[in-house]
Amino acid sequence: MTEMSYLDGNMLDGPLRELFAVDLSTAMGRCENCGMTGSMASLHVFSHAPGLVARCPSCEEVMLRLVRGPDRAWLDLRGTTFLQVPLPLEQTRPGPL
Amino acid sequence: MTERAVATGTPARAPIRWQVGRLVERRVETPSAQTLVLEVPDWPGHLPGQHVDLRLTAPDGYQAARSYSVAGPVVDGPGGPRIEVTVQRVPDGEVSPYLIDVYGAGDPVEVRGPLGGWFIWRPEETAPVQLLAGGSGIVPLMAMIRARRETGSKVPFRLLYSVRTPDDVIYADELRRRVRDDFGLDVAYVYTREAPEGWRGEPHRIGLADVNTHGWPPDLEPLTYVCGPTGFVEAVADLLVGLGHPSRRVKTERFGPTG
Repeated sequence: MTEMSYLDGNMLDGPLRELFAVDLSTAMGRCENCGMTGSMASLHVFSHAPGLVARCPSCEEVMLRLVRGPDRAWLDLRGTTFLQVPLPLEQTRPGPL
Repeated sequence: MTERAVATGTPARAPIRWQVGRLVERRVETPSAQTLVLEVPDWPGHLPGQHVDLRLTAPDGYQAARSYSVAGPVVDGPGGPRIEVTVQRVPDGEVSPYLIDVYGAGDPVEVRGPLGGWFIWRPEETAPVQLLAGGSGIVPLMAMIRARRETGSKVPFRLLYSVRTPDDVIYADELRRRVRDDFGLDVAYVYTREAPEGWRGEPHRIGLADVNTHGWPPDLEPLTYVCGPTGFVEAVADLLVGLGHPSRRVKTERFGPTG
């Protein structure tokens, strides 16, 4: 195999939890390049770079980059058109608000 | 959108922070793999298949973090909840040789988790389950096997476990015992380099016949979990899709060369 080895988008949960309150690896995302929509857990993550580079499993275009410095993080999502994040059902409140 | 988003195991809340865990026990699983039992006082619980990040800090401040699957349900200890991770030595790795050779009882390690809401099995699921493990890819799948028994799930499970040699089988004794005691659990092995004495057939890489014989047919609409090195996962996922399993029911977790 000449391709560099990659990991699943599953592993993004840990690094992204520093920034987000929800598990983005279970979110659905659309690739800006090819339009494929799928779970962020299925992205191909390359961790050899200085940071994490997550590519679309269909067209291999970059959908997400995350670089962590000692006191800040850079998140580049220009390859992702949207993210659909699963959330728990909101509690219904009795009475008018 | 053909696939409905599924709520994750962990409800929305503040970002998960690093907390300090300590080693309370260590078990040798194979010549190159050990299970570390960590006491993590504020552990919130987890689902089978989830992972944790472990972070080490050198005296000069250099930090290295790695992801490890949690190997089984939480155990209550006298000092708080305990979780188990099984670490496979990566010879030139930065973290795994330290955890196996140097990290001692009572030593701290930073723990972040539970993580990942995708590669999980929920005990309330009713579909039959097939598990395909390559090497130390057995760990999150073992967490599912252990949780199945602990929760009294009657869902039939089939595990197909690819190893280099019989000595590389992690949890070998426990798997033997569970095949006897856990009703509805089948376990089969593929040996890639050296098979045990009396084994029918030659050592080989996992192939279509193995998956076909020891897995569930697509008509049963099983849930499939594949975990192992990238090459193993690619090959097995292709075989499964070729057999007619829809790719959305085949969940994969690859692990890379770092350790």
